[in-house]
Amino acid sequence: MAGTTLFDKIWESHVVRAEPDGTTLLYIDRQLVHEVTSPQAFEGLKLAGRRPRRPAATLAVPDHNVPTTDRKLAITDPISAKQIQTLEENCRDFGITLFGMNDIRQGVVHIIGPEQGFTLPGTTIVCGDSHTSTHGAFGALAFGIGTSEVEHVLATQCLVQKRPMTMEIRVNGTLSDRCSAKDIILAIIGKIGTAGGTGYVIEYTGSAIRALSMEGRMTLCNMSIEGGARAGMVAPDDKTIAYIKGRPLAPKGDLFERAVQAWQQLKTDSNARYDATVTFRADDIAPQVSWGTSPGMVTGVDQKVPDPRMMSDEKTKNATERALEYMGLSPNMPITDIKIDKVFIGSCTNSRIEDLRLAASFAKGRKVAKTVHAMVVPGSGLVKQQAEAEGLDLVFREAGFEWREAGCSMCLAMNADVLQPGERCASTSNRNFEGRQGAGGRTHLVSPAMAVAAAVEGHFVDIRNWS
Amino acid sequence: MQPFTQITGLVAPLNRVNVDTDQIIPKQFLKTIKRTGLREGLFFDWRRKKDGSPDPDFFLNQSRYESSTILLTRDNFGCGSSREHAPWALLDQGFRCVIAPSFADIFYNNCFQNGILPVVLKADEVLSVMKEVVGTEGYQLTVDLGNQTVTTPGGTAYRFDIDSFRNDCLYRGLDSIGLTLQHEAAITAYEQRRQQDAPWLFADVR
Repeated sequence: MAGTTLFDKIWESHVVRAEPDGTTLLYIDRQLVHEVTSPQAFEGLKLAGRRPRRPAATLAVPDHNVPTTDRKLAITDPISAKQIQTLEENCRDFGITLFGMNDIRQGVVHIIGPEQGFTLPGTTIVCGDSHTSTHGAFGALAFGIGTSEVEHVLATQCLVQKRPMTMEIRVNGTLSDRCSAKDIILAIIGKIGTAGGTGYVIEYTGSAIRALSMEGRMTLCNMSIEGGARAGMVAPDDKTIAYIKGRPLAPKGDLFERAVQAWQQLKTDSNARYDATVTFRADDIAPQVSWGTSPGMVTGVDQKVPDPRMMSDEKTKNATERALEYMGLSPNMPITDIKIDKVFIGSCTNSRIEDLRLAASFAKGRKVAKTVHAMVVPGSGLVKQQAEAEGLDLVFREAGFEWREAGCSMCLAMNADVLQPGERCASTSNRNFEGRQGAGGRTHLVSPAMAVAAAVEGHFVDIRNWS
Repeated sequence: MQPFTQITGLVAPLNRVNVDTDQIIPKQFLKTIKRTGLREGLFFDWRRKKDGSPDPDFFLNQSRYESSTILLTRDNFGCGSSREHAPWALLDQGFRCVIAPSFADIFYNNCFQNGILPVVLKADEVLSVMKEVVGTEGYQLTVDLGNQTVTTPGGTAYRFDIDSFRNDCLYRGLDSIGLTLQHEAAITAYEQRRQQDAPWLFADVR
């Protein structure tokens, strides 16, 4: 008998029923909710006179709009304030747990799920947010949905889904010193393209993936959507179990032991088949820097900005020309010649404690260049608290970084943290789309280590030989 | 939800690949708590030149495309953010159908929730129709969901694929939550099974 993949096992264990054409009613174990994509879902419930089926399976937090400056001050944007207030009212009316803006547990929705032990292996997890793929790092099937589907899950705890295909991305070998999960995933997207994973769920395998910490696996899975895949996953192992143990919402005692036994079965059988397999060697991956307006427009820091005149494919050529014009870059310019104005360390991709420790280790004893404005935005109130207990905030402050409150912040600039037109930012976030960090703003996606080095030097440097 | 059976309508061309939902509707329009009134934000940054004045080259600023109901575009349309504000804004502008060689998964799903039909045609078919649209003022297509065809004014019919379940729901304008709730007994049975197999998932998180 043919074996099954990790994805197959999770999918099969969540099928409520199937239509003749294969359309499946899939059970959803857990939902995360934030203020931007939920108001219309709650409104829909109210209009239809429906109640959430299992309010206890849902956890809500405001993150996109929250200010990262002093929380005691009121939000200056009345529309942002209204959206956050609406979330508070909806959670109260429908009996849903909310980590409010002044709760120490507040933070970016994809940081707090794992941090609280809400994210567990073998579960199906959804959120009205494309970076829900993050939670796949625990061997969960986690994917982003639209607001209508948020309402659907609230009302029924189910979603109507078509079974996706499976793709294995195998990364063997050893990463170069100072390279990280961010460089792996950017290199992957650079190769498969922003639509390479469309229709697939990715399972990341191989020795370089096993070697990653849970934080690294979250960074990796987080950006699966940037390669077009709604979900990315890593099979749980001892690191996963050690990470979960003792977290506030994780199972305790006998239930934990029972859960661990089940989680240990969650892996792809040796005789299972994926619909596609792509392989990489970690040793070949240089620190990555995006140069364009899509995450697939990325290259090694030791490379040059590509030349559209050398491209034969009409689509790639036109898209490259357009991107270079927007980004204000010339073909064949060395990546290390690109000067930056701002640095953003944060987002659901890179704002966990490990990211901040690593960034601080490079910032220690150095100074942010006079021409650069740099900020660090922790992923959650608890990450901030932990970082401060370790003195990381002082390291950043002494180096000239601003130390902020938790939130999505300049990843998408829905709050006051915005790039001005033409400003160029080295960012540890996940999207370099036109205007993503502010209309006319120019984003270069990098790892936390690369972002710190760029802040200090005022331009990109190869972190591998930065002294 | 408004059913989609067949429409004949004016076609607007957007000849770009990888159009992400941040471009379809930028972040400042996501602060609303309503589904309506998002037309103003549709392709907001692309409608304007750097000085803020309307860009006459962008299709939404051209009177010939003013009342278009079908958007014709290129590969990987709707990639990036899951924001359903993207189809809401398209719908608010009057679009009922988007034709492209490929779509991003979440956007594709979101269309069906809002009575918008996303049609996948082959890349060369899209390019050929794109040429005709740009070259012919008042160019209309007929999109027929029942027959799964897109027909040009010249009578060429392109066939497209769509899952039968999705087709049926859109064609009849069904309330998908209502449909799922018809399977209440199956959901309850599943939950009872699941509670036996994985009791740790049923602990109250509050």
